[in-house]
Amino acid sequence: MRYRFLSFAAAALFALGITQPAHADDKVKAVATFSILGDMVRNVGGDRVEVVELVGPDGDGHTYSPTPADAKTLAGAQVFFVNGLGFEGWMERLEKSSGFKGQKVVASTGVTPREMEEDDEHGDHAKDDHDDHDHDKHAKDDHDDHDHGDHAKDDHDDHDHDKHAKDDHDDHDHDKHAKDDHDDHDHDKHAKDEHDEHDHDDEKHAGGHHHHGGLDPHAWQSLDNGVIYVTNIRDGLVAADPEGKDTYEANAKAYIETLEAENAAVKKALDAIPEKHRRIITSHDAFGYFGAAYDLEVLAPEDVSTESEPSAKDLAEIIRQIREEKIPAVFMENITNPAFLEQISRDTGAKIGGTLYSDALSGPDGPAPTYIDMFKHNVGTLTAALAPGS
Amino acid sequence: MIDALVQPFAEFSFMRRALVGCIAISLTAPPIGVFLTLRRMSLMGDAMGHAILPGAAIGFLVAGLSLPAMSLGGFIAGLAVAVAAGVVARSHVIREDASLAGFYLISLAFGVFLVSVHGSNVDLLHVLFGSVLALNDEAIYLVCGIATVSLLTLAIIYRPLVLECFDPHFLRSVSRLSSPTHLIFLILVVLNLVAGFQALGTLMAVGVMLLPAVAARFWSNSVGGMIAVAVGSAVLSSLIGLLASYHYSVPTGPTVILACGAFYLFSMLAGRRGGALWGLMPRKHLEA
Repeated sequence: MRYRFLSFAAAALFALGITQPAHADDKVKAVATFSILGDMVRNVGGDRVEVVELVGPDGDGHTYSPTPADAKTLAGAQVFFVNGLGFEGWMERLEKSSGFKGQKVVASTGVTPREMEEDDEHGDHAKDDHDDHDHDKHAKDDHDDHDHGDHAKDDHDDHDHDKHAKDDHDDHDHDKHAKDDHDDHDHDKHAKDEHDEHDHDDEKHAGGHHHHGGLDPHAWQSLDNGVIYVTNIRDGLVAADPEGKDTYEANAKAYIETLEAENAAVKKALDAIPEKHRRIITSHDAFGYFGAAYDLEVLAPEDVSTESEPSAKDLAEIIRQIREEKIPAVFMENITNPAFLEQISRDTGAKIGGTLYSDALSGPDGPAPTYIDMFKHNVGTLTAALAPGS
Repeated sequence: MIDALVQPFAEFSFMRRALVGCIAISLTAPPIGVFLTLRRMSLMGDAMGHAILPGAAIGFLVAGLSLPAMSLGGFIAGLAVAVAAGVVARSHVIREDASLAGFYLISLAFGVFLVSVHGSNVDLLHVLFGSVLALNDEAIYLVCGIATVSLLTLAIIYRPLVLECFDPHFLRSVSRLSSPTHLIFLILVVLNLVAGFQALGTLMAVGVMLLPAVAARFWSNSVGGMIAVAVGSAVLSSLIGLLASYHYSVPTGPTVILACGAFYLFSMLAGRRGGALWGLMPRKHLEA
């Protein structure tokens, strides 16, 4: 009898513990998977939100193994921020085992993902295709818009004029012809639009399928994406805590402005690096988005994830490339073993340009305690090592 | 052909360094492996690898990513486990493998505990263990130094060690060298594992120590012959692994060990002492 009572009491306490934390203190309890995301959430949430990071400063989010304390933290949280794109492989199991019932926000939603196939080129191709499509659609739309007006588009006009000049007397026929043309175009447009939508769906689908690999998760390394992250974080916080809507929107707006200012500053600073030096070598492939956003080519001996080991051939190819292109510097990362980079440096004569922060922030006393500081530090390190004066 | 063999080493210093490291470990680890198998402690290498973890972790937490600090820590932890296991085993209540299992599990748990409590979330296992392709000067000195010391020591304690393997009671009855020999041997095991782990990676250390040693048993009945075969096959496997990794873009450490493994399988079939094919030979002449 006593035992039954005890177990009932324990169950009740447990239930209370899970459902009540919001009353325990007024702040919204948020969990972010890693330090960079945590910093963003802190900026948007301000005083209303208490953020716990699962993978702290200088930690590697790729290979983290969650502890029971993490599950407990997550169970008591109202919002759970994750990066997505396959970054936190351990996250789904943690989420299930913790019994988390709150709002889960995938911060990278809406980011155009980079494919990470065996070699970089594939990813670039995919991106180019996408751009081309957009262009096509745009051109098409312009054309159609003009058609919708009474006056046809320029080339159309020319055509009409010619025709007019030739078949001066046959107005009737001409009108009919023009109308036919118009219809055809309309039809084309429809077809095109549908096609485009299809393409888009397919792409999303492909993105979903590739979730277990193939996608480069390091989207935060572009400040444009950072803005998307912040938007998602804001929406997530508003959904979890509607009362704080005004605060979150104001904070997010101010933060986005800061990010955009920093984005401009980054672009300006990196423009100083001459064309032939616009290549960076880092230990694992975390700077794909950074390179795409700021026009730098990125090479890395380790894969997108820190887990795999490079082969002698991979290493040899990078070394050859550095030698041939006379790349002046290689960069270490805060989360990885620098041994490979030191070896590359020995084999090429390229100097070690410093440490870049890729997947985690530094501690509060380090050079990159916040997301924005991380960019400032990385860009400072890059320009110092690659700029012409060095 | 010659070019494919020489060019990688001529062009890249990392290949030369890897070769030096591999040869050093191939000279010293397989003989130790031979003695381990003779003493029926083949799995000790694996266990000791885990036992080293807390020491290496403490070294990392104290001094950061410093090879000497982590090696020293690992060495102390490994030795403590090995000696404790040996001492307990000498009490004759449980066998050495059982007491070793007990101690290494405690040590491993303590290592994981330390890493987790420290909470930096850096994947220590990833950071603690090196890679063949990234040997810096420190690591090369460490591996070569340990190889030299090990070989010299083995030469000195060779006779009592062989006796200790085959007839420990006899050795104990005629000499007082039994315990010191055992202790020195344990030190050598731990030293080699520490060197291998932190310079070359987990797989390399244990794999190069044991696979050539067990394969050698199929080729020779004498301890000296087994050591020669083990060392030779380890050196050859290292070379094959490095070159395969270079030419076919496969990961180096695992490929070296797979080459050792292939030699082991080949030895099981074709070895002069108990190879399966030789067993079939007399009866089925025509098939061989």
